[in-house]
Amino acid sequence: MGYFKTIFIVASINVVAVIGMTIFTGFTGLFSFGHAAFIAIGAYGATILTYFYHFPFILALLLGSMLAGLVSLLIGYPTIKGNLGSDYLAVALLGFGEAVRVILENLKITQGARGLPGIRICCTLPVIIIALIFTIIIARNLINSKFGRRMVIVREDAIAAEMLGVPLFKTKYFSFFISALFCGLSGGLFAHYYGFIQPAMFTLDQSTQILASVVCGGIGSITGPIIATYIFVFIPEIFRFAKLWRLVFYGSALVLTMIFRPSGLMGYKEITFTGFATRLKQLSRFFNKNTNQIT
Amino acid sequence: MFLQTMVTGLGIGSIYALMAMGYCLVFSILNFSNFAHGAMIMLGAYVGFLFCSIIGIPFFFSLIITAIITGILSIINERLAYRTLRERNAPSLYLIITAMGISIILENLVYSTIGSNFYSYPKVFTRNYIEIFSSTIGLIDIYSFFVSIICIILLHLFLNHSKMGIAIRAGVADQVATSLMGANFNVLIRNVFFLSGIFAGIAGVFMGLRYMVYPQMGWITNKAYIAAVIGGLGSLPGAIIGGLILGIIETFVSVYISSVVRDVFSFSLLILILLIKPLGLFGIKLEDKM
Repeated sequence: MGYFKTIFIVASINVVAVIGMTIFTGFTGLFSFGHAAFIAIGAYGATILTYFYHFPFILALLLGSMLAGLVSLLIGYPTIKGNLGSDYLAVALLGFGEAVRVILENLKITQGARGLPGIRICCTLPVIIIALIFTIIIARNLINSKFGRRMVIVREDAIAAEMLGVPLFKTKYFSFFISALFCGLSGGLFAHYYGFIQPAMFTLDQSTQILASVVCGGIGSITGPIIATYIFVFIPEIFRFAKLWRLVFYGSALVLTMIFRPSGLMGYKEITFTGFATRLKQLSRFFNKNTNQIT
Repeated sequence: MFLQTMVTGLGIGSIYALMAMGYCLVFSILNFSNFAHGAMIMLGAYVGFLFCSIIGIPFFFSLIITAIITGILSIINERLAYRTLRERNAPSLYLIITAMGISIILENLVYSTIGSNFYSYPKVFTRNYIEIFSSTIGLIDIYSFFVSIICIILLHLFLNHSKMGIAIRAGVADQVATSLMGANFNVLIRNVFFLSGIFAGIAGVFMGLRYMVYPQMGWITNKAYIAAVIGGLGSLPGAIIGGLILGIIETFVSVYISSVVRDVFSFSLLILILLIKPLGLFGIKLEDKM
């Protein structure tokens, strides 16, 4: 049971970051290979506060996430304002991500490549579940708000959006900020779950994994990426017996999803409680009709 | 010291240019960044190691054989992974994610079959130095520079003076019109991937010679990708110049400032150039897909 709990916690930490990425990639239609940097900033920010200054965990978590948000505002202003093409933006952020990692390796307070061992482990199952529900609710409300609608129209047709008076830069910038906040939160949880962080944990691979979960889960859906994240964490665990081969399976799953299910697992659809209720109603109506016909 | 640094920079830069050209060829015709190229370079290094060191064929023959083998691998990659996506007109993000998946697969395939050991090539050139103007210059830098130059010239001749090359350039300009003129677009793309595979193989062998052969060496190709972006994705002269600039700047920074800040420097350079020229130095304005 402890095993499943661990996997669930690891996957859920990823889910928090993936939801952030969903807002940026899935709903605003921009993509980035550098979001691991925000996870790293969140992780280091929160850890330094609890580790050296003995802040309470929750406060440190929020401050770490705010720090990631702040950095995103700094880096986002020139890159998003520059109106780069989508490939170029992704690459500029890749450069940013790698630069952050190298800087972390050389700062004194982060103790360089050795990392910070022995972080207080505060991230238990209830904390994770609360954080998860918190992010999902915020993301859902955001998507259904004015900002969310703007993001969707920017993704669908930037020119039409601009003609309708949607501020392109503000929308993109805001979505970038929110995604960085969530990634930072995920980083704080990550650090206080494992109890050890080092810069080598936050590489391009991690950015890719988050992006892959979003794309495979379905662009324009929140539940799709969440499911995809759980699947991507569980697949390597299922193939644990295959040792080194399991990452081969992971890569194959990625490629096969792209080839055979191009709109992702969920496409633009969502699993919602109301949807569930409507399905139930439909089902009951169907059965009622059938029984009426019989009698 | 200056001359020595310059030559080393040119040597590294020319390898970056070779790798960047592989990215660039594919980007120019399919409009997506082929991140599986790094894995191809890694495979090239392993294949070259196999021929050069285990079987023991003379270096230049094994270079040619490696280039052909990685070319074929690259064609297989396109056939299996990209073709269905391409025929469906999928957005470039899907192709990018697929390419990353391929690179994860290949990297871990090497991990699980060959293992994570580091191998080094027999010291063909690395121990040899020549003295020019009282500075020692490694032969490997000179060799890699000249091999790259030869490859670039051959590519230039191929693209400008052969029927297939002209068709490829036409395909870059307009896919539909080229198909209507009777060029088989699938064959064009196959050839482009073959070419990029050849470059990957040669670059891989030189990377292996210079450093070591190990499954994660594809990471270094990130820098080649940066070179391609600096020069402007999809522009061949851009890739060459971007590669050379990056190589020279990196070497100078690591010699005169510190090798620690080298990577920060090249990544900041990337961001800076993108801010000043959002399409890179020689970029061509393309419609933004996605």
